Amino acid sequence: MPKQSPIPDELDKPFYDACNEERLVVQYCPACSRYQFPPRNACGGCLNPGIQWKQVSGRGRIQSRVVVYDTPVSVLIPDQPFNVATIALEEEPEIIMLSHLPGTPVEQVPIGAQVEVIFETTPATGQKIPEWRVVS
Amino acid sequence: MASHPMTPNSWHRNREGLGIWHGRGKVAATGVGTSPTARRWDEKPETSMGALTLIAIRKAIEDAGISPSEIDGIVITPESTTGVSNDPNTPPPEGWDQVFKMVDYPQAGITRGDIDWILVNMPELTNVQFKMEGRGCMSVSFTTAAEAVARGLTHTCLVIRGWHNLAGRYYVGQGAAAGDTLAGPQKYAGLWGAPACAGTAMIFEEYCNKYGKNHDMMAPFIVEQRKNGLMNPDGFYSQHRPEMITVEDYLSGRWIAKPANIYDNDLPIQAALAVIMTTAERAKNHRPKPAYVLTHAQTRPESQGVTPTLESWERLSDKMGRMLFEGAGIGPDDLDFENMYDGFTLFHQFHLEGLRFGANGEKGRGYALDLYQEDISITGPNPVSPSGGNNGNGRTRFWNHRDSILQVQGRSPSQISKPANIGVSGSHMPHMCDSLIWSSSPD
Repeated sequence: MPKQSPIPDELDKPFYDACNEERLVVQYCPACSRYQFPPRNACGGCLNPGIQWKQVSGRGRIQSRVVVYDTPVSVLIPDQPFNVATIALEEEPEIIMLSHLPGTPVEQVPIGAQVEVIFETTPATGQKIPEWRVVS
Repeated sequence: MASHPMTPNSWHRNREGLGIWHGRGKVAATGVGTSPTARRWDEKPETSMGALTLIAIRKAIEDAGISPSEIDGIVITPESTTGVSNDPNTPPPEGWDQVFKMVDYPQAGITRGDIDWILVNMPELTNVQFKMEGRGCMSVSFTTAAEAVARGLTHTCLVIRGWHNLAGRYYVGQGAAAGDTLAGPQKYAGLWGAPACAGTAMIFEEYCNKYGKNHDMMAPFIVEQRKNGLMNPDGFYSQHRPEMITVEDYLSGRWIAKPANIYDNDLPIQAALAVIMTTAERAKNHRPKPAYVLTHAQTRPESQGVTPTLESWERLSDKMGRMLFEGAGIGPDDLDFENMYDGFTLFHQFHLEGLRFGANGEKGRGYALDLYQEDISITGPNPVSPSGGNNGNGRTRFWNHRDSILQVQGRSPSQISKPANIGVSGSHMPHMCDSLIWSSSPD
């Protein structure tokens, strides 16, 4: 499914640069051992400004899902209905990312199944973004 | 653009252990004014969000039975939509300046609630000294005004929220969703094209899996919401679409983001509400019976990811219940009704369970959809959302607060049968909520 291309900014450039190298990174606070994504200027837990980027395994589990029948995003309308699933990262299940679960038909999403990250190229700018597929 | 101070963080009651609220029973809501409603703005100045706001203010003052010159404070929620809006520099439509005086922000009164715009267009408000913005939600304005009155910063305060709804669809194909690139914080979730209700629907799905419930069990709640809303002569449905819906309608509703269907999404409208909040002493001289505030409380996001989790919603709505009961000095069994937020319908049960409303001593979670199968009507033992909420009246996030005030004043159009001594209202989502306990008595 062709998605919109994200435009990186100063704060999230390390994340999108890593995506282009097919590595998944999220922010990590060494002071309180807390992961977070989306990125912020400081730790959302202890407000430490010394937040770092840390590569994670790229493994997670499907936490939940919806089937989208009425998307607001124009470029996705031709692909309706489609899955949007929440993915809980292996390193920290409270870190949630979204996925279309490419290859998984709607109404057949295996809740709780293991997934692994893949990187999808978005057409407008060529920026890569993380996607997730079920590990068979 | 003129702006006024936001609610100070130090006013928030966002943790346990704060004890009874210092303003308990010393602050009350009295006059209530509601504008007419419309589905969308027709671009005439006299039907604008600002015009509706002025109507609501004048009605609230008249309802309170006071002089406009007695108003010495305004708290407003400046945001007037969660959907599409004009660019801030968009000039007003032709003829606007012949109806309204202008301020330096061209969208004031159109897509933004603005204290200065109100004051220049309501010269009868001659004594307003205290001005503050309760950002994001009218709930924030209510809790802000309650604190301001309790702290002696204003004695007779208008609490105001207007909503605009422009032509076109609320989100679909609008703004950033229309392009082939996406910038700003919305890119972290927006690329996947999930509609606004999807985040709630995903957590609802987890809730159902955890507790063995299903979407069909929502039907009695949805039907009751519309029934209660149709009793309200000021609501959108009673004014424009006075048709009841059935369980079958709900079960066959078209999916938006399954398991959220069209009836789980509230209908965007144009409307405005104004409420007078004052001291308990002054309230005795206002025409309506006082609706006393026993406490207020806030939750704010703790999420580490792009969406909240089921665990965070349960944790934070539990915390909200405990903070409210501690601040008011009451318990769950003291609540005669609940008017927590419902837009989207699929998260209402988190609020309800956090308050242990209708739990009959049940300590745990996962009972709300079973409660929906019982008598949750205004004549039953556990009146759930007697206002009808957003779902029964249109999207404003204020019907619930308005009705809680009217309930404890004994004059709600959907008045519950049992005595409405103490009730609760709060908006919006479980991880981002301002709530108040209302009472017919200051004690």
